[in-house]
Formats: sequence, C-alpha cells, structure tokens
Amino acid sequence: MRHTLSVLVQNEAGVLSRIVGLFSGRGFNIESLTVAPTQDAEYSRITIVTIGDDGVIEQICKQLNKLINTIKVMDITGEGNIERELVLVKVAAKEEDRSEILRIADIFDAKVVDATPKTYTLEAMGDDIKIKSFIELLRPVGIRELVRSGKVAISREVQLMTTGAK
Amino acid sequence: MHKMTENIAKETRRELKTLTGAQIFLECLKEEGVNEIFGYPGGVILHIYDELYSCDFIKHYLVRHEQGAIHAAEGYARVTGKPGVALVTSGPGACNTITGLANAYYDGYPIVVFTGQVASNLIGNDAFQEADIVGITRPCCKHNYLVKDVKDLPRIIKEAFHIATTGKPGPVVIDMPKDVLVNKTEFIYPEKIHLPGYNPTYNGHPLQIAKALNLLYKAERPVIMCGGGVIASEASEEIFKLAKVLNIPVVNTLMGTGGFPQTDELSLGMVGMHGTYWANHAVTNCDVLFAVGARFSDRVTGKISKFCCDAKIVHIDIDPCSISKNVPVDIPIVGDAKSILGDMLGIINPQEIQKKAEDKFCWIQQINEWKKKKAEPTVNSHKLNPLKVIEQIYEETKDKNPVIATEVGQHQMWTALLYKFDRPRNFVSSGGLGTMGFGFPAAMGAQVACPDRLVINVAGDGSIQMNIQELATCVHYNIPVKTFIINNGYLGMVRQWQERLFNEHYSHTVMTGPDYVKLAEAYGATGFRVEKEEDLIPTIHKAIETPGPVIVDFIVESMEAVFPWVLAGEPICNVLLCKGQNKCQKHNCDNCI
Repeated sequence: MRHTLSVLVQNEAGVLSRIVGLFSGRGFNIESLTVAPTQDAEYSRITIVTIGDDGVIEQICKQLNKLINTIKVMDITGEGNIERELVLVKVAAKEEDRSEILRIADIFDAKVVDATPKTYTLEAMGDDIKIKSFIELLRPVGIRELVRSGKVAISREVQLMTTGAK
Repeated sequence: MHKMTENIAKETRRELKTLTGAQIFLECLKEEGVNEIFGYPGGVILHIYDELYSCDFIKHYLVRHEQGAIHAAEGYARVTGKPGVALVTSGPGACNTITGLANAYYDGYPIVVFTGQVASNLIGNDAFQEADIVGITRPCCKHNYLVKDVKDLPRIIKEAFHIATTGKPGPVVIDMPKDVLVNKTEFIYPEKIHLPGYNPTYNGHPLQIAKALNLLYKAERPVIMCGGGVIASEASEEIFKLAKVLNIPVVNTLMGTGGFPQTDELSLGMVGMHGTYWANHAVTNCDVLFAVGARFSDRVTGKISKFCCDAKIVHIDIDPCSISKNVPVDIPIVGDAKSILGDMLGIINPQEIQKKAEDKFCWIQQINEWKKKKAEPTVNSHKLNPLKVIEQIYEETKDKNPVIATEVGQHQMWTALLYKFDRPRNFVSSGGLGTMGFGFPAAMGAQVACPDRLVINVAGDGSIQMNIQELATCVHYNIPVKTFIINNGYLGMVRQWQERLFNEHYSHTVMTGPDYVKLAEAYGATGFRVEKEEDLIPTIHKAIETPGPVIVDFIVESMEAVFPWVLAGEPICNVLLCKGQNKCQKHNCDNCI
C-alpha cells in the first residue's frame, strides 16, 4: 500500500543522503520525495511517498527514527490529512486543440503560465486523484514535457465537534 | 538567569586555552578517559602524530594495517565495555577501516574512529589521498561526522562518544580535514549533549513487562534466548537470576555466548545453524520464547516460517528496529535488558511460579532426553582431530578466566560449541558480518585492554592469514596473544559446504600456508607445531607459559566437519549430526513432540 511519511529532520548537510541511502540500502521504494526547511530553519521537512505492506512501512518508520538526525516520523496517509502536489505540463497547442486545453485547465483550476504559438504550459495543483485525471485528460492533446513536484502533506487538526446546547 | 551566570562563572573558572585542532583532539580523548588508541599515521594527520610525540596520557599502538586498528579497537571494547578508539589517515587509510566498521556496527560494539581528511578547500577536488569517507562509511556506522570548523570539534567528539556507547552501541566515525587540525580555537569541552533526534529508550514499559512475566508464569515449555544485548547491557546477573527462579532453560546466540553460564544445568548452549540438537529442538517446540537482546538473524532462525511457529514470542531489545523485523513478536519490550530484567525480578510472584512448576520440570526432562544426541567427531584418522584440540584448549585454560577470540569458520563454531563460557565478555568473535581476519587483531586489542589476562585467538589457517601482519605489532609492543591455528589445509567451512552441497567439488578451498613456526620466528615471536595427540597438552601449556606472542600450529584432520548442522533455509529442528544423515518428518524433522 502507498504511504505518505512526513519526516522532520535536522537541517544539516548529508541528512538527505542518510535517508536516501537507507531506502536504497534496505530495498525500500521511494515514489516521490520533497525536502524544504520548516518555519524553523534549523529543521527540514521531508515528505516521502513509499509503497510497502504494513511490516515494511513499520520497518521504514523505525529505521528513519533510528537516524541520529531524525527528530520525528509521522505516517500521514489517508483522508484525514491534506496532500498536495504541483504539476507543470507543457502540451502541444495545435490550433484545433487550443480551446480544449483551456477548457481542461479551467476544470482543474490550472493556470496557463506560458504560451507560444505551438505550446501551452499549464500549472495545476491538487491531490493525487486530481493530478492524475488532469494528466490523463491532457494526454490525447500531446504532452511535450511534464514535471511534478512530488507530494507535500500536512496533518489535519482534529475538528472539535459542536454538540449544541442541551 | 541565575543558572546562566553560574555557568559563566564555571566556564571562567576553567582555564581557557587556545589550542590547535590536533591538541583539542587529544584533550577531548583525555576528557573521555581514553588511555589507549590504535592507529596508523599518514599525510593529513601528521599534526596529531606530532602532538602524540610528546603526549604522556595516551598510549598509541602502531598497527600494521588500518583494518587491524579497527578490529583491535573493537576487541578492546568487547572485553571492557568501554569504547575502543582508532586513528587513521585519509583516503586509503580511511577506506581500510570499512570492514572493521561494518563488523562493529553489525555486532553492536562501541568504537570511535577518527579519520584524516584533505584540507577543506581541497574536498571534492580529487586531491591526493582524498576519499568521501562520510559517504563511504554512512551505511556501516551508527553515525558519522565531517568536522567543518575547529570550533565544532569538541562538541562532535563528545557527541560521538555518547552515540557510540548508548542505545545499541556501535561505531561512530569522525572525519577531520587537515586545516581543522591546524586551526586554533579556545578549548571548552561541552558538559551537555544536545541531540534532539537521539533519545534511546532504556526503561521498559511496565505493562509490557507485567504481560511478559505473566506469560512466563503460564508457560509450560518456555525457553530463554540470550543474545548479544545481554552482554552489551551487562545483564548477565539478572538473566541468570530470572532463569533460575523461573526454572527456564536458556539457549544463547553466538553473540550471547557467555551471557549465561554455559556450565549451568539450565544452559542449552548455542542455537541456530550450528546450534546444539537440544537447543534447536527446545526452541522449535517451546510455547514461549523469551528473547533478550537478540535480533533473530537468519543463522539463528533457519527457515522463518517454521521458526517457533506455535510459540508466543517475547522480545526485549534496545533497538526498536530489531523487533518484528524478521520474526513477528507477541510482546515487544523496547529498552535496556538489564533494567527490564531487573524490573521483572522486582515484581516476580513466587506463588505464580509454582503453578506451572510441574510442567516446566517435565519440559526440562524432555530436553535432557534430547541432550543424548550429541555430535561426535565424524572422521577417524591418524591425524589430530580438531574437536579434540578445542576440547583440550578448554580443559587446560578454563581455570584461568581467559579471553578467547576466534576468526571465522569451522574453528569458530567448534569453539562456540565446545568451549564452555561462564562469563560475559570472554568470547570475542565476529557474528553478524562473519569477518575472517577479525580474531587476531581483536585479540590484540583485548590483550591491550587486559594486559594481565590470558588472551587466546583460536584461528583457522585461512583466517589467520588475513591479518597476520599484526604479529609484528604484537612483537613490537610485546602483546602476548597466544594464537592457536587449527590448520586443516582448507577453507574448512566452505569445503564442508562443497562436500555436502556441491558434489565434493573443492573449488578453490585447498590452501597451502606458510610454515607457521618459521613465520612466528621470522616476526620475532615463538612458534610451536603439534601433530600428535600426546603433544597436545604439553604444547598448550608451553604456549601459555612462554612470554610474548606465540603461534601454535595444530595440524589437524582436513575432512572433519562442523556438526550439528542445519542446512541454510531449513527449519532449525532439522539438525544433521553426522555426514550421512538425511531429512526427517514433521516440520521435516525427526524428534518433535
């Protein structure tokens, strides 16, 4: 099963290679990986999307935790959390396709960030399903180039249930 | 605020000295209580060697190969529990440490290895003797550092010793560029450590501990498995008390050898591929397996799906990663074995123990039945039998509380099976990595740590040649390690596999060695040879009594094989006891309940 792991690490040289090395050395998968500093520049947040059964995911989390530079590992898989990915797509924009492309962009709330007589470059953002359908709809038009940011994710705060006055 | 001023006052009270990185290095070692280091000089660490020239608080042992330095540091750590320290130069020197690092990492022993590095401004330029040592050592050490500023050096050294010796111990590497060793700064050794991502769990969860104890009360056929963690956490006394009060038999892994006294009636000896028949059958047929500081290596479990398949497993380990990694665990307890076993002893209820006492008694009787199935020498010849040699070494040295190191191979398994270790930290052997060439330098390190003890390295004629150069070190510093070579003219363990599994195709396992007596003499040591049984006892005595390093070359039968033997991938109850034996029935084995 696909899991999204959010790993808080010390923002130090070599930390990323420790994590990547751990995945390759132990035969774990990385589907996508993003790294950037947090609000505190001393720490970075690494979001890893990985695939494995429960045992494998448990090992991955434990092994990540074992690294000296790892502060915290959270498995934030599932609907309870907020996941986003940015995609940039350069598509062929032939005369007869141009309005169709714009219509697709409109449906997905995508922006045209670059336009030439032969191409459009679109920027879209969303969760897995949205990005996937966006790409699939554009595919028949002719995708010249596609760049995905990899997933970032954040946990959703627990909503306080208001039960109304008795 | 008050604390802060107090701290400042404290700092100023200390003499603030401006020192070079090289001087700081030595001051830090002093702060850590390091008296002995193993090393090899080279271009970029000459500044440290220049300081060592006039240093009176650290004794440096010049090894003959950097691999020897790391194994020696590990041998030192194994017998003392204190971290071993090694110092090598950049590039080739640092690269030669890899096997030693991997070995210490696998078996979990604390060493701190300092490597030289080319000057910071040359890093990445393919400078002479440059190697990306932080990159190369990353997967084979617990943690590593590249020091970028001399100001960071004391903090890094403090952290390194802390990381190496706490949690599951392991090797830590510190890579020091040349300019860091030359630059100066005010030396303050930090008092505190700030490692927000490193916080090993020591205390076991009380609920889990109570659950585990409850399971052990109710168990009818329990077995304790004593792993290397028992030795690392100094928990021998606790595990002994617990086994005795609950009357539970104890098997040990190779790394757990000596954690529980092997002469005790509850000891079943080693479990696993070359485990005893009764230990393997006890583990296979138990209803509760209580594993302490073991990591369920494939050499212990054999075929995983048949390992303890009907038993509940309780697993104590300080490393959460080793829990449920290979074998699913019913009651995991993360923490320090000594503290957890201590907690268990503290809440033990004598009335509960009585409830299943009868069953446990029957269980031990069943195990005693299995004990009749002992592996005997399988070859009759006029030559010395290697089993006889090891047994005799045991008989002649058991009262001297010796440190016994081994290399890797048949002699190692025979030693683990036939030498009865009653105390922890007396058996020094490469388990996880299985490093040939480990024993001799490790024995040297152990002897440096314990100059007054008898230190023996039981070797094979294959392994000994992998680090024989350290004989020069032993002679140079008069480190009186006694090396007993079980010389069968083959890479015996590989030959044994070829005999059974590869149609006796002894492909590249025949070995001619040098004349070890002459070799010893060439190095300035003493050499003896034993070919006849009547010379066995006198020569062992002569070797022990001869001052300085000694090599004894025991010319033994070549075709002898290690039994008991469970073929790789088989369930561990499928124990072969001699060369002809075939497979058996239930679980593919012959003697299950």
